Amino acid sequence: METEKIRKDFPILSRTMSGHPLIYFDNGATTLKPQPVIDAVVNYYTYLGANAHRGDYEMSAQVDSAYEGARKKTANYLNASCPEEIIFNSGSSEGLNQVALMLTQQMLEPGDVILSDESEHASSVLPWMHACKEHNYTLEYIPLDNEGKITVENFKKALHPKVKVVCLAQVSNVLGFTAPIKEIVRLAHEQGALVVVDGAQSTPHLPIDVQDLDVDFFVFSAHKMCGPTGVGVLYGKKSLLDQLEPIFYGGESNARFNRCGSLILKDTPLKYESGTQPIEGVLGLSAAIDYIESIGKENIHAYEMELKRYFIEKGKQLGNIHFYNENAESGICTFNVFDNGQMIPSQDVASYLNTKGIAVRSGTHCAKMLVDVLQVPGTCRASFYFYNTKDEIDRLIEALKEATLENCINIFF
Amino acid sequence: MSEIDPKLLRDIIMDHYQYPRNHELTNEEGYLSKHMASDSCIDDITVQVKLDQDTIQDVRFDGEACTISTASTSIMSELVKGKTTQEAKEIIQNYFSMIDQKEYDEDLLEEAVAFQNVGKQANRINCATIGWKALRDMIKESEGQS
Repeated sequence: METEKIRKDFPILSRTMSGHPLIYFDNGATTLKPQPVIDAVVNYYTYLGANAHRGDYEMSAQVDSAYEGARKKTANYLNASCPEEIIFNSGSSEGLNQVALMLTQQMLEPGDVILSDESEHASSVLPWMHACKEHNYTLEYIPLDNEGKITVENFKKALHPKVKVVCLAQVSNVLGFTAPIKEIVRLAHEQGALVVVDGAQSTPHLPIDVQDLDVDFFVFSAHKMCGPTGVGVLYGKKSLLDQLEPIFYGGESNARFNRCGSLILKDTPLKYESGTQPIEGVLGLSAAIDYIESIGKENIHAYEMELKRYFIEKGKQLGNIHFYNENAESGICTFNVFDNGQMIPSQDVASYLNTKGIAVRSGTHCAKMLVDVLQVPGTCRASFYFYNTKDEIDRLIEALKEATLENCINIFF
Repeated sequence: MSEIDPKLLRDIIMDHYQYPRNHELTNEEGYLSKHMASDSCIDDITVQVKLDQDTIQDVRFDGEACTISTASTSIMSELVKGKTTQEAKEIIQNYFSMIDQKEYDEDLLEEAVAFQNVGKQANRINCATIGWKALRDMIKESEGQS
């Protein structure tokens, strides 16, 4: 990993925060953008400019070519069987809501069960919770093991013939554990259940092969993998996407309609892309895929694990840090800081670190049900990406060494 | 801006965080109660107030909260107990003015001046005001009923 060279691609890394060089450890929330992604977005506005799929002029054709090229690239990135399985949308949350609405309105029967778990992000569980209130469906949870992770054994216990949909994250955004998706999908399919996977925290870090995993739906957001905000992908198996009807209707998704209500939709995937899409975002995502593939996901994952092990080793030596997910194979480190045996509220630690130029996340990280599992009101989360360095971790360790309750309150004076 | 020694102000916050006052809810009748859940952090507290005509007889609170929200609510509870709702409203208004870096009457706020710089960490303004907003809302509600 040529980190020093890579860091030069990220102009934002030259800024300061609270008067210190920026150390950005909140990559689980969003990632920083390299110059090629920024250039791709700017190029759309300074050169391409037109809408997609609409104009009879050269500019528009160039946009079409770039936009559909991004679809092909994304299909390859996930190893989808064809580009038509890639729907561009605003991100993982929209994708998960789309799938929940389509399945609950068009496929499920009263009494059916949706299976999820208590480590889920709000985006993968709330759409189902809401749908269950409106229809007569039940939401059930896969029990987590004592570390807070999903195991095949526990999934087997939770699975039964009434389960028609399983929705879960490939990598948990709080604890960073990787769920055994391939085995879960195999077992779910044996029972006739569909599997929806939230790939927001896995796609930026791990190689993804939707055909090998055999998932029915898969979502991710561009901004967590160096791409623009407000754009993401819903992958669906072509047969399912052909069978289902969209949630949103409008321009570009239809071929013909008349006053009598007769409507002919376009084919998959365009029937799912009503209205003008975030074109600059899609082109930025395309550039982000190129950038990440030039480094290689295997390299990214190995390097993140190296950083995580380094942080945990140094952090444990301090004696005032408790880690909640040492064994998780991802760059997500969840911890709390103690002062004389008393836990310092995570938000006080995060605010203190801010004064040292260090960005970490605090609180429940949108996974509010996990609080009951971990039995702490909140945690600090440092999440690493390939542009982070051991030097930065050293500075985090230096800061944590002095993170007493008194110093956390001193920041206000 | 107060000229008080910052160390003293810090100690006030430390003391109210580690030994919060009025930090127990009650099931007794006659209390108004307001649950406040911050959308930006772990703060999830309930504040209770007992009013006798126009006098604040008791204020209590409990819940999950960071140092700033615990200490600020604790200080508030001591400050307004025994005051009239009119006096409490004036204190609350001055406190919000202080948080917003506007002019305020330091004498009215007593220990609450410890939060005069909370805006230095912009995201923590919520923490310093969550309990105060609960009391403000309950006083407003009680006035609506009378």
